[in-house]
Amino acid sequence: MSKSPIIELRNISYTYPHNSTPILQNLNFSVSDKHIGVIGSNGCGKTTFFQIIVGLLTPDTGQLLFNGENVESKKQLRGLRKEVGFLFQSADDQLFSPTVLEDVAFGPLNLGYSPAAAEKIALETLANLGLSGFEERITHKLSGGEKKLVALATILAMKPKMVLLDEPTNNLDPRTRKRLIDILQGLDLYQIIISHDWDFLDQTSSTLYQVEHGHIHKCQEDHIHVHRHMHKAGDYPHRHVH
Amino acid sequence: MMDERFAQGSSLLHRRDPKAKIIAATAFVTASAITDSFTVATVSFAFSIVLFLLTKLPVQLVLKRLLAVNSFTFFLWLTLPLTYGGSEFITAGPLALSIEGIRLAALITLKTNAIVISIIALLGTSRIANIGHALESLHLPQNLCFILLFSYRYVFVIYQEYRRLVRAAQLRCFVPATSIHTYRTFGYLFGMTLVKSWNRATRVHQAMVLRGFDGRLIPLSQDRYTSDDTIFLSIMLSLTLLLILLNFL
Repeated sequence: MSKSPIIELRNISYTYPHNSTPILQNLNFSVSDKHIGVIGSNGCGKTTFFQIIVGLLTPDTGQLLFNGENVESKKQLRGLRKEVGFLFQSADDQLFSPTVLEDVAFGPLNLGYSPAAAEKIALETLANLGLSGFEERITHKLSGGEKKLVALATILAMKPKMVLLDEPTNNLDPRTRKRLIDILQGLDLYQIIISHDWDFLDQTSSTLYQVEHGHIHKCQEDHIHVHRHMHKAGDYPHRHVH
Repeated sequence: MMDERFAQGSSLLHRRDPKAKIIAATAFVTASAITDSFTVATVSFAFSIVLFLLTKLPVQLVLKRLLAVNSFTFFLWLTLPLTYGGSEFITAGPLALSIEGIRLAALITLKTNAIVISIIALLGTSRIANIGHALESLHLPQNLCFILLFSYRYVFVIYQEYRRLVRAAQLRCFVPATSIHTYRTFGYLFGMTLVKSWNRATRVHQAMVLRGFDGRLIPLSQDRYTSDDTIFLSIMLSLTLLLILLNFL
């Protein structure tokens, strides 16, 4: 018997309220690879896809399976949310505690760890991301890049098996972007990354999916390729047309 | 705007536990607010100055705040002497100024300044976050503490969002004037800020739920209440009691 995928979506359809056309229609997806990249045009339903996976949106029809089990009860949903972390597009939406330490410890505290244990986990997580010394910083005073990394720390502190990243490189400078790539490459977790940043996806994912017309499908292998070349400002993500 | 300038420091008052300071401030402010004795108001004003000196904060910072507060008491000085009535008057040209009105305006000014200075010295010297948690451990309703903590966290973000919209309007040559166009534009700006804040609140709540939030905010324990805090609180409460007794002399 083969092991069930950690997440599987079957025949999912979803229509936003006050909308006539469904944004997702009979979508089927199962996690087949540890490093998945997701592309698609603006408004095609990529974020909706993530919100369905973590149960923030309830599909009109279809099933969400977690480790092969249909997710129906609140308890199952809590179990899923512990294992599947979601990094939002805007870190400001995710960091709500006054200090970094409190924010990173928030998840572990909710999972039932004692304050001392939660603090230890938070400090370890921050150290693993190279953010030691950030504990007492005030969250809203961090720079954009620092916020992104701290938001990632808040998710990793829950010790998930899988992370969903929604356009993580938006507004990051090349240095922080490189740091994020290094961090993601070093994480032994299932990762699904939504991005418009091709170069970033190339370095962080091995399978590429595309969301289009309410469906998601695997891109052909030869869609991603690498060339090495150099020019001014070459470390910024950029497109080449051949 | 939100740099918590007063909370930066390591003076005697900065180091006190916020719980002790909240209790001390509540007692002292109440005692100062309810008095109608000039002597008590003067003593509490002097006392608040001493508290402020203990914080070792720069004076011009607090003067700026006091200027804002006294712009309100200024109007009392304009109106009370003329309208309060009473039996004694001094005449200044065509005006008859009520002595009791002047006395009342002076009393209110004294009390207001004493209260503001003592609150800066006692509560301003702790970070809002710590005050929030301290209120929680003093068993204030949790929802109120939520509101305090979250307002503190997001007021800045909402303000920035508003500023961004105003800047966008200015960049398209919007100049406020007394016109329907201006009123409508400001209406849109406020409305849009409200909508954006609502959307943000939804996303923040989602982020919290995804990390296992179920309605209880569990604080990382920060209990640093020491015997020094007990001594400080005892002194503060004794002085407040003296202040109250002074009313009956």
